[in-house]
Amino acid sequence: MTLIASNLTTKGKEEFFLNDISFEMSPGKIYTIIGRTLSGKTTLLKTIAGLIAQDSGTLSFNGNNFDVIPVWKRQVAMVYQQFINYPHLNVYDNIAFPLKQRKVDLAEIKDRVKQAIEQVGLEGFEERKIQALSGGQQQRVALARSLVKNANILLLDEPLVNLDYKLREQLREEFKKIFSSKASEEAILIYSTTDPIEAMQLGGEVIVMDEGKILQQGSAKEIYENPRSTKVAEITNDPAMNLFDGEINGKKITLNNEVILNIPKHFKDLPDGKYSFGIRASGVTLDKSGFPFQIELAEISGSETFLHLNNDQIHVVGLLDAVKNFNIGETVKVSFDIEKLYAFGSDGILMSSPYSGTK
Amino acid sequence: MGTFYTTLKYTAVTIWSMFVIAPFLWALSTSFKDFNSVTSGATYIPWVDFEPTLEGWRVLLRSPAQGGVNIVEPYLNSIFVTCLASFISILLGTLAAYALSRYTFKAGFIKNDDITFFFISQRIMPPVVLAIPFFIMLGKLGLLDTLLGLVMVYVVLLMPIAVWIMVDFFNKVPVEIDETALIDGCNPIQAFFKVVLPNSIPGMVVAGLFCMIFGWTDFFFAFILTFTEVQLLPVAIVSLNSSITPWWSLSAAALVSVAPLIVVAFIVERYLSKGNLSGALK
Repeated sequence: MTLIASNLTTKGKEEFFLNDISFEMSPGKIYTIIGRTLSGKTTLLKTIAGLIAQDSGTLSFNGNNFDVIPVWKRQVAMVYQQFINYPHLNVYDNIAFPLKQRKVDLAEIKDRVKQAIEQVGLEGFEERKIQALSGGQQQRVALARSLVKNANILLLDEPLVNLDYKLREQLREEFKKIFSSKASEEAILIYSTTDPIEAMQLGGEVIVMDEGKILQQGSAKEIYENPRSTKVAEITNDPAMNLFDGEINGKKITLNNEVILNIPKHFKDLPDGKYSFGIRASGVTLDKSGFPFQIELAEISGSETFLHLNNDQIHVVGLLDAVKNFNIGETVKVSFDIEKLYAFGSDGILMSSPYSGTK
Repeated sequence: MGTFYTTLKYTAVTIWSMFVIAPFLWALSTSFKDFNSVTSGATYIPWVDFEPTLEGWRVLLRSPAQGGVNIVEPYLNSIFVTCLASFISILLGTLAAYALSRYTFKAGFIKNDDITFFFISQRIMPPVVLAIPFFIMLGKLGLLDTLLGLVMVYVVLLMPIAVWIMVDFFNKVPVEIDETALIDGCNPIQAFFKVVLPNSIPGMVVAGLFCMIFGWTDFFFAFILTFTEVQLLPVAIVSLNSSITPWWSLSAAALVSVAPLIVVAFIVERYLSKGNLSGALK
């Protein structure tokens, strides 16, 4: 029951929606597609669902050509980022709809709908009209409708993006539980998101997309530790990884002709020359012996504070592991943790990472 | 401030209601008058200002031989033609609008928007431009002075309204609803009838109401395309006129002719005031 995509390509007037996409997905796993808006995530999901026909390339499922099977005959379920339900039906009938459409026995429909309602925590809401539900509840109905089918492929297109923060956190946790039980039922789960934290939290296999291309595929840990390129590093980090032009000269690293750092151990095999250096916000902290920067913006996030810092040459985002107020324009001293530095070549490809040494 | 605003609001609504209701009350009062009551100056209240009579209403039921116009048959004709033409227009218009909203058509430089405009452009043309072609076509088909001929003409006239309203309606319905229906096991036709159509009732009601208003009130084509066999209500009402304008009968006829539209408007009011799609996409 493997889903195999070979060289999927879909082109618009000028740009590629999908550009030579190939992958192999196995059941029992969560695949998280992460990419910015318009990176091709939704197009890919709709192509798998059969709602969009690719210009070239093939999709096969379970050894059979998937392209010749119309949408309504594919064993696929999909949840959209908008809360899509059938407004003329109540909660029960919304969830039962795909089963009735497939002419499943009425008693079985009742059992399966009951089970799906329990899974998403909507007991007691069966008779409610969709309009009478909150956004989170509506999305639960959509999720229940996708689960009730026991589809072979479950597609979730940024299902939490339109929910408020608290509900997003809560549903994400619930999703993980639901997915783990669903995954054990031999289904392929494909979840798209723009949120790096979400991608990392869900675990499983992560696919990084940009401009219709797959930039990297691997486990969440692998992608976090070794982003293949500067683009992957930007997409998979929130805030995006700080990137600087710089050079290695002997035992020193110069960032933007401004900040001079000692060379870390994992850069020892890199020859002198120009590179792009990357460091996450967590590697940039306040330190009295550091470099002077002005505060551009201080964002309090939970129990941390993100500091947007600037000097004449460098803009950098740092992280303070505490909640603190700063004045805009205030000068602070900042240090860079060289053990967390990444080096990318002039083509943006990873040359050295703190986790795997020189590539 | 709140009380002042409420007072202002209710005053405005009251004044507006008077503007709307006054012509009906005037017509109702006049329909119970006779020649003397109408010509003896401003009188409004029956039994106080004038002695009421049912003569104005009786004329509508008498045969022409008895000096009346008997509007019963034209009335039923108008109901038949308007309802059937509106129904066909909504049916075809909804299907056309759905196709124009969901699928891409292209023939040279002509695209979806051009086709939609082509539909509505037929309403922009002065009706008189269409009169001769309709007359010739119905003549060749042997449908002049027939109810079927009128239904066909009204479908041509009303369908653009239905297409125009329904294209706009479908454009606001998220395409993801259709896609979800497909994913849930519907083929495109089932998706339309099981999911899209039940959720399009408010749009269809609005389109239907407009079609009925335009169809019911048309005089021009009803007059040109009928002679002796078939008569529609607007033509029958006009035939009431003689050397002395019978305001009492005309008022009664006006009230009778406007009644179905008021009834329909009350029936569909709940569809006009709230959409059914509010829960489709929050």
